[in-house]
Amino acid sequence: MSQTSHGVGGVSYDAKKRTWPAEFNVFLALVILVVIFELIGRIFLGDSFLFNTRSDVSGLFNEARLQIIILQVSIVGIIAIGVTQVIITGGIDLSSGSIVGATAMIAMSFAQVATVNGNPNPKAMFLAQGWTDLPVIVPLLVAVGCGLLAGLVNGALIAYTRIPPFIATLGMMVTARGIAKWWSKGQPISFPTDSFAAIGKGLMPVIIFLSLAVLFQLIMTYTRYGKHCYAIGSNEDAARMSGIKIANHKILVYVIAGILAALAAVVLSSKNLTAQAGMGVMYELDAIAMAVIGGVSLSGGRGSIVGTVIGSLIFGVIISGFTFLRLDAYYQEMVKGVIIVGAVVLDQWRQRMRALRA
Amino acid sequence: MTDIVLKTENLTKRYGGVHALEGANFELRKGEHVAIMGDNGAGKSTFVRQITAVEQRTNGQVWFDGKEVNFTGPIEAREAGIETVFQNLALADDLDVPSNLFLGREKVLFNLGPFSILDRKYMRKATEAALVRTAVKIPNLSNTIRHMSGGQRQCVAIARTATFASKLIIMDEPTAALGVQETAQVENIIRTLKDNGEPLILISHNMRQVFDLCDRIVVFRRGRIVANLRKENTDGQDIVSYITGAKTGEAELAA
Repeated sequence: MSQTSHGVGGVSYDAKKRTWPAEFNVFLALVILVVIFELIGRIFLGDSFLFNTRSDVSGLFNEARLQIIILQVSIVGIIAIGVTQVIITGGIDLSSGSIVGATAMIAMSFAQVATVNGNPNPKAMFLAQGWTDLPVIVPLLVAVGCGLLAGLVNGALIAYTRIPPFIATLGMMVTARGIAKWWSKGQPISFPTDSFAAIGKGLMPVIIFLSLAVLFQLIMTYTRYGKHCYAIGSNEDAARMSGIKIANHKILVYVIAGILAALAAVVLSSKNLTAQAGMGVMYELDAIAMAVIGGVSLSGGRGSIVGTVIGSLIFGVIISGFTFLRLDAYYQEMVKGVIIVGAVVLDQWRQRMRALRA
Repeated sequence: MTDIVLKTENLTKRYGGVHALEGANFELRKGEHVAIMGDNGAGKSTFVRQITAVEQRTNGQVWFDGKEVNFTGPIEAREAGIETVFQNLALADDLDVPSNLFLGREKVLFNLGPFSILDRKYMRKATEAALVRTAVKIPNLSNTIRHMSGGQRQCVAIARTATFASKLIIMDEPTAALGVQETAQVENIIRTLKDNGEPLILISHNMRQVFDLCDRIVVFRRGRIVANLRKENTDGQDIVSYITGAKTGEAELAA
């Protein structure tokens, strides 16, 4: 920049000024965490965290553990994909856990069988109406409708009344939980059809989670929607002056987050073969934590779906690692808390360092 | 009339009882660089805000590019070809240079509504071309704006106006927050625009800059245009006396 002269322009590329993508650091943290568990396991337990040590099973890695690591975070991970988009836009969504509860209840009541072991389904919501043994598309569409509606309310409140996203989605969090309890007067809803139960069977949650993650990573990188998410999150005024329709975009973001939470509800209730009003409590905070650990900035504009997926894997590794070390679940929670705060502190510090170098 | 890019007649803006702008008659010709000077609150920014339709005028008419225009908002004005470099840079900090240049008007490969696929290659090429055209030097195109200096940011903001076929560029104190070297860089870009024959309105407090870069100086005082002078027929002292009100009356162009 020092030798600018009139009339001479051009662009150059300075390799020294190149910075690692933020996701790389998160991935490094994941690797370090796995190595720590591996070392502790080898030294104190004489067992491996990651690798296969049994002679009756073939394969280099302990596949069962790898599956569990990702399986247990898949459902919250689906929510986190939506929450990541909301946070990148500069918002926050506290309602996703409750949307999971309400959607699970409502969708499950359209996915029930008529008879259980020859008797009428004791938990059927719509037995009298004959709305039983419906094709799987019906509960799926109902779920998507629930998520869409909740997201629409969230988005419209935020875009048109200009109340902070924190308050709007807090309201939805309480309301949706109320709906979940009111729907069946607190009774669990069970006995889904086989086709509905198949959605959450085995490794299906993982497949759904990763497919959605890939889809939305591509959307965030290559489409106008993604570009505008980052633009609004980093400078809303600039985005407005550039002609981006802020209100429409925000509504769309919250609708997508709502639908993803609803899909998580379908997978969760299908996996558990039942829906309960208390489902998904605290999921919103776990989802936010996954995003934050994955490098998504709470002030908006920075982060990615890939980062959130790695963040969710860090979650999974911690849970599995503590089980592997035979430590109580209490310690998991404590460490999770420390990691959430640590991730944000580290991110802030990294940003400052970068700013100093620039 | 054909070589007049912008013309206003009796342009007036009142905020309630406050007369921020009174009967401004202004003309800008093709390839001309005009400076707008005046004290704080003299009506400079108000004048620009009426042209770019950030605000709606109370009275008066505006002609742009040969037609009378009534823009309803800044986006319409921009689509017509008026590009503004705002005082508070309208850039998204977390996006890279091409994304900022094309913010809100991305080039699309496949149209799928909001999920339209972006033509990133085209936008990168166009960005490089715009940077060459404006002689802007940016160390790394893929860097986000957050990691750039104030001067580089301003350069990106200016390069943005050159990316699209703009017919008029308005800059509101583009160097107010910059250091000496960065100011020089921005001034070089403005000279390049002049060489390319792109008309420009420059709001500035910097007397040296104005005499260096502009052909004509228009002075605002208390919402009125009090002087409209060719650079050759005036000097710094003269301009200052119009700004402060020591000299009054509308000084017209000699010839």
